[in-house]
Amino acid sequence: MNEIEEKEDRWLDRPGTVGKIIWGLGLLSVLLVLSEFFFDRHAHYSWEAIPGFNAFFGFVSCVLLVLAAKVLRKILMRDEDYYD
Amino acid sequence: MIESIPPGMLLVLGALLVPLLKGRAQQAFLLLLPVLGFTQLVMLPNGFTSSLTVFDYRLTPIRVDELSKVFGYVFYLAAFLSVIYSLHIRDNIQYVSGLMYAGGAIAAVFAGDLITLFVFWELTAITSVFQIWARRTERSYRAGLRYLIIQVGSGVLLLAGTILYFADTGALDFGILGLQSTGTTLIFLAFGIKAAFPLLHSWLEDAYPEATVTGTVFLSAFTTKLAIYALARGFAGTEILIPLGALMTAFPIFYAVIENDLRRVLAYSLNNQLGFMVVGIGIGTEMSLNGTAAHAFSHVLYKGLLFMSMGAVLYRTGTVKGSELGGLYKSMPWTTAFCIIGAASISAFPLFSGFISKSLILSAAADNHYTLTFLVLLFASAGVFHHSGIKIPYFAFYAHDSGIRCKEAPLNMLIAMGGAAFFCIALGVSPDFLYSLLPYPVEYDPYTTSHVVGQLQLLLFSAVAFVFLQKTGLYPPELRSLNIDVDWIYRKALPACFRSGQAAWARIRLASGRFTVASIEASLRHVRGHHEPPGVLGEPWSIGVAALWAAILLVAYLALAYL
Repeated sequence: MNEIEEKEDRWLDRPGTVGKIIWGLGLLSVLLVLSEFFFDRHAHYSWEAIPGFNAFFGFVSCVLLVLAAKVLRKILMRDEDYYD
Repeated sequence: MIESIPPGMLLVLGALLVPLLKGRAQQAFLLLLPVLGFTQLVMLPNGFTSSLTVFDYRLTPIRVDELSKVFGYVFYLAAFLSVIYSLHIRDNIQYVSGLMYAGGAIAAVFAGDLITLFVFWELTAITSVFQIWARRTERSYRAGLRYLIIQVGSGVLLLAGTILYFADTGALDFGILGLQSTGTTLIFLAFGIKAAFPLLHSWLEDAYPEATVTGTVFLSAFTTKLAIYALARGFAGTEILIPLGALMTAFPIFYAVIENDLRRVLAYSLNNQLGFMVVGIGIGTEMSLNGTAAHAFSHVLYKGLLFMSMGAVLYRTGTVKGSELGGLYKSMPWTTAFCIIGAASISAFPLFSGFISKSLILSAAADNHYTLTFLVLLFASAGVFHHSGIKIPYFAFYAHDSGIRCKEAPLNMLIAMGGAAFFCIALGVSPDFLYSLLPYPVEYDPYTTSHVVGQLQLLLFSAVAFVFLQKTGLYPPELRSLNIDVDWIYRKALPACFRSGQAAWARIRLASGRFTVASIEASLRHVRGHHEPPGVLGEPWSIGVAALWAAILLVAYLALAYL
């Protein structure tokens, strides 16, 4: 399978890189929420205009989605050859 | 002359010539057909129709307007990209059926009456199944059969509904139908099956991941979007579609989170994206219908791109299971990049195609005060980023290194992916191009600061949630497994019922057989009891007794004769 030369020292493989990406994501997220204090949010609903509403909604949605899916797995999951 | 051929028929008829050609000539011909068809479509003006009378029925095989044209354009584009993507294969069956399938779907979009629609509706069903069967495994054969039965069943419902509708109204025109009679309800159901409505959906998740590497790319473009077109044409403003669509956006994403087969994850997210379009049809305003058409257009391209990238992974590594992949970005950097572009588009990142199309539907929902629907769509938008945007690229190309080292995808696949990726970005960067193709005039600017920041917050915090769940170990690992869905009913429960019914019937027959034999034996015993030696009638008679009985009988006979 080794048809392609393994390139040594990939940026993504270096220790600390993933940490840097996560810190970058966190910083960007905080800036996005803060930015809402500097312009008028045109929203359809009043609650949408609360600073950080979408951020909060996105985070909570995904956590609940995954936790609910984990529970579903207990009910729905079968062996790979279940139908065979 | 060329105008009298329904759009799409060039592909259907041209496909028949494909097996006569070989090598470069065949490849050139395969590429030429969609280009010719597209050119024909561009030349057809809006409002063009062509009718004919068969017996007493007036049919309209061609009806060109803004709505049919948007779908026609993107179908030709999808056919062209799918052909490029499959140029490395040497399988005439896949080429012929693929082109006929695409052509059938295009012709269906331009059908002006329900009979023509039915004919092409069934043509897409019959031709498309070869994209699954061409994998030539027992598993794909069975999946294809299940798929075919359901697809043809949808066509039968369409025909039945059409006949009832004709009996009611005397018309066969395919325009706004609405849920007003049994006939139109049957047609609605027929469309609903192909659009993968909740509980009618499982054929999609069942069959698409079982198709060939290139077959899934073909399949993902046409069938379901043809159904979306048909719903938009016949049932715009049918309110039941709003909750149905909202449900469709939400429930598949739970499955997508725990599914291991990455092409099946994409099938679930395809179902989720159809939900957005269905909501747009249900709202039924100019803006929401524009949203549906626009979202279908961008969806065909980014979903095709995502299936192409996972197809390339399957082609090179032999698997698309999340539990077996990881670290492929080292071997397939271009595929990785194209996959991420598709993922960004389906997640509706600003500057990508999904952003400019999906927001039309969300805005229409909010404008018309469907607050709960709006919140469900927002939830589904966050969720789709979570599983299609992050999970797909992450588990295939990053995550833990699986140690798999393979070649980059073949050049033709890379070109097809590059083409689709180009459109994903181009549509997102200059939304006016797509907006100009839509059925109604668009007065909407997706790139307001407010909208961009709101969307980025939603997406980035979904990503933060992913990191949080991964770091805390709460995220469910990819496991070799499958999850049962509605298809469990006809793949497991009904066969089990049938088998136990069969067994019960066999037992009844055995028992009743035994009973019959036993009762015959009992009556035989009874008869023997009288007629064999110890019985009254079985005793040998003496001559005197016999003579007496004979005399009595003679006297009785004489007496009867004189009476």
